[in-house]
Amino acid sequence: MRYFAQRLVFYVFTAWAAVTINFFVPRLTPGNPVDSLIAEYQGQISTQAVHSLTVLFGLDKQQGIFQQYISYLGQLARGDLGISFHSFPTPVSSVLAQSLPWTVCLVGVATVLSFAIGTLLGVIVGWRRGSLADMLMPITTFFASIPYFWLALLAIAAFTGVGSFLPSAGGYDPGLVPGWNGAFVASALKHSLLPAATIIVTSVAGWLMGMRNMVVTVSSEDYVTVAHAKGLSERRVMLGYAARNAMLPSVSGFGMALGLVVGGTFLVEYVFSYPGVGLELVSAIGQKDYPLMQGIFLVITLSVLAANFLADLAYMALDPRTRREG
Amino acid sequence: MTLHVDEPAAQHADADEAVLRISGLSVDYGVGERAVRAVSDVSLTLRRGEVLGLAGESGSGKSTLAYGLTRLLAPPGVVACGTVIYHPGDGSEPVDVLALDHAGLRRFRWAQTSIVFQAAMNALNPVDKISAQLTDVIKAHRPDLDRAARIARARELLGLVGIPADRLDSYPHQLSGGMRQRVMIGMALALEPRIVIMDEPTTALDVVMQRQILAVFTRLRKRLDFSVVFITHDLSLLVEFADRIAIMYGGRIVEEAPAAQIYRDPLHPYSDGLLHSFPALRGPRRELAGIPGSPPDPRSLPSGCAFHPRCPKAFDPCAREVPILGAPGEAGPGAAQGAGGGARSVACWLHTSDRSTA
Ligand SMILES: Nc1ncnc2c1ncn2[C@@H]1O[C@H](COP(=O)(O)OP(=O)(O)OP(=O)(O)O)[C@@H](O)[C@H]1O
Ligand code: SF4
Ligand SMILES: [Mg+2]
Repeated sequence: MRYFAQRLVFYVFTAWAAVTINFFVPRLTPGNPVDSLIAEYQGQISTQAVHSLTVLFGLDKQQGIFQQYISYLGQLARGDLGISFHSFPTPVSSVLAQSLPWTVCLVGVATVLSFAIGTLLGVIVGWRRGSLADMLMPITTFFASIPYFWLALLAIAAFTGVGSFLPSAGGYDPGLVPGWNGAFVASALKHSLLPAATIIVTSVAGWLMGMRNMVVTVSSEDYVTVAHAKGLSERRVMLGYAARNAMLPSVSGFGMALGLVVGGTFLVEYVFSYPGVGLELVSAIGQKDYPLMQGIFLVITLSVLAANFLADLAYMALDPRTRREG
Repeated sequence: MTLHVDEPAAQHADADEAVLRISGLSVDYGVGERAVRAVSDVSLTLRRGEVLGLAGESGSGKSTLAYGLTRLLAPPGVVACGTVIYHPGDGSEPVDVLALDHAGLRRFRWAQTSIVFQAAMNALNPVDKISAQLTDVIKAHRPDLDRAARIARARELLGLVGIPADRLDSYPHQLSGGMRQRVMIGMALALEPRIVIMDEPTTALDVVMQRQILAVFTRLRKRLDFSVVFITHDLSLLVEFADRIAIMYGGRIVEEAPAAQIYRDPLHPYSDGLLHSFPALRGPRRELAGIPGSPPDPRSLPSGCAFHPRCPKAFDPCAREVPILGAPGEAGPGAAQGAGGGARSVACWLHTSDRSTA
């Protein structure tokens, strides 16, 4: 429990620091941040946007910086991330609410699948070292070594096009209205197959190699020899003794990967024109939609922290040595 | 199968009844040209209820021998030749351990032969509770027992080695080194095997803990009547409670004799050196001399007697020819093979009259 409390304090502190930095950085620019932004954009900025900026920075209320900070925290607590320039007057939180589920579902599920498949294969390859299963390694490593961009374009060229079942772009058929109905879910699934497959193909090697090496290392541990000597079934030794210990480092890596789901998917969404956060960020940068960028960065930061916290929890559940009483 | 001579006697539990017969066992690391022979032509007989001590410096091949005869060698280790025959003692056929198939080997393991590893090693799975590790082996071998019975047995085992039953719910890291080792001893007895192999079970424990563990162990042995192969580099420890002692050097047995004889009158110069390398745990202190030089590398064993570069008594034939293990002062290497409790054998030219021609 001590460990748990320590980690919790750590993450809360880090989240607070991230939020605070997010608040102060734009204000560190000399002068009024709105003025400097307007100056930078040289008249391309609409009056609406000026207003939104003024509200975002709390300049409409003539508060001191500390007051501003407090009301900023209050806004955040209510999920208020300001108003988007580009889609004025839509709040940033609504824009995110539209794109975030796409990213989380596609990349999140693909990451989980990749981890599960890679780890499982890694156990088998590591356990049956020197067998045919070793062939998996060069194959998966080959796919992992192709730049993602290139692989995705190849996949689009090879598997989509006239007459193909798989669409090449988008998150769903444009004719459909998003909602929880069969036609829409089926269409969304269909659109996610190819991007998900490309993500898995390029990332599975990492999990496989990591797990394989750990299984090989752990296999020479004394407790595995003891498990053999006890006459336990091969499966029990492999899963209960070798894999169970070998996967501990993978769990931390998995937390890291989950954290990068929101922030690291720009390429996938770009290539497949997938309506997720990554694509949103690209367009926000293109349109100089400052509040939206800030909101996205905050979500990315917080999701990295949340994922790592979850990984810590999982690690604690899996490794009794971290659950020190005290 | 070929020896019918002692068949009628074998039905009875006389003191000389063999539980395990190792003959001509050699173990290599690697295969083909780069193979390194870590154990050469070892023949040993473990008798019922006996403690057979196996002593030798680090690298002499003690663990390799133990792993080889239990088929636990990790690659690249392979048994190159030899046989290991287990005599079940219930009148059923002897078992050729090296020829067992997977299922047979699984059934044989732990039920007939269990192992206690070196204390410093992490022989317990760090992520599982003690109870899980005591019961999984019972579950694997005794499917007839239900969960409650397995837990009850696990409790009983902890009791045997003097650990409170509430430790069942502990994880290995919550136990001291000595406790972990006692858990391992309890675990080794879970299925009441007839043979327990102990590979340096007390090395790396402090002397107090060492004494405690040996006391527990001696008590259990009196009660449960199993045979023991006790591996250590501390010969003085063996002198105290082994029945017979085999001394290993460079992968070979160089002397085998009843413990008292090794202690009083070691024949092989290496046994003599080894005996003087450790302070005796009890009794009068002996002078500590140690053995100059270092153990040989099995990749480049010295010619002839592997001990000759370090031997204070080396003479003419030592560097030329390998002395063969046999009864001291007698001709013919077969003289001591399978001989009874009092017999001893040694591989040293000093104690060979005419063995070079054999
Ligand atoms: N995996 C391996 N590959 C190659 N050689 C090995 C391997 N394991 C052991 N050996 C060699 O085999 C020899 C015997 O090793 P072994 O572990 O059996 O010695 P030991 O008598 O048990 O020593 P210790 O007292 O240190 O446990 C050593 O010289 C070692 O170099
Ligand atoms: S054979 Fe020679 S070298 Fe070897 S122990 Fe005997 S005397 Fe020493
Ligand atoms: Mg050893």
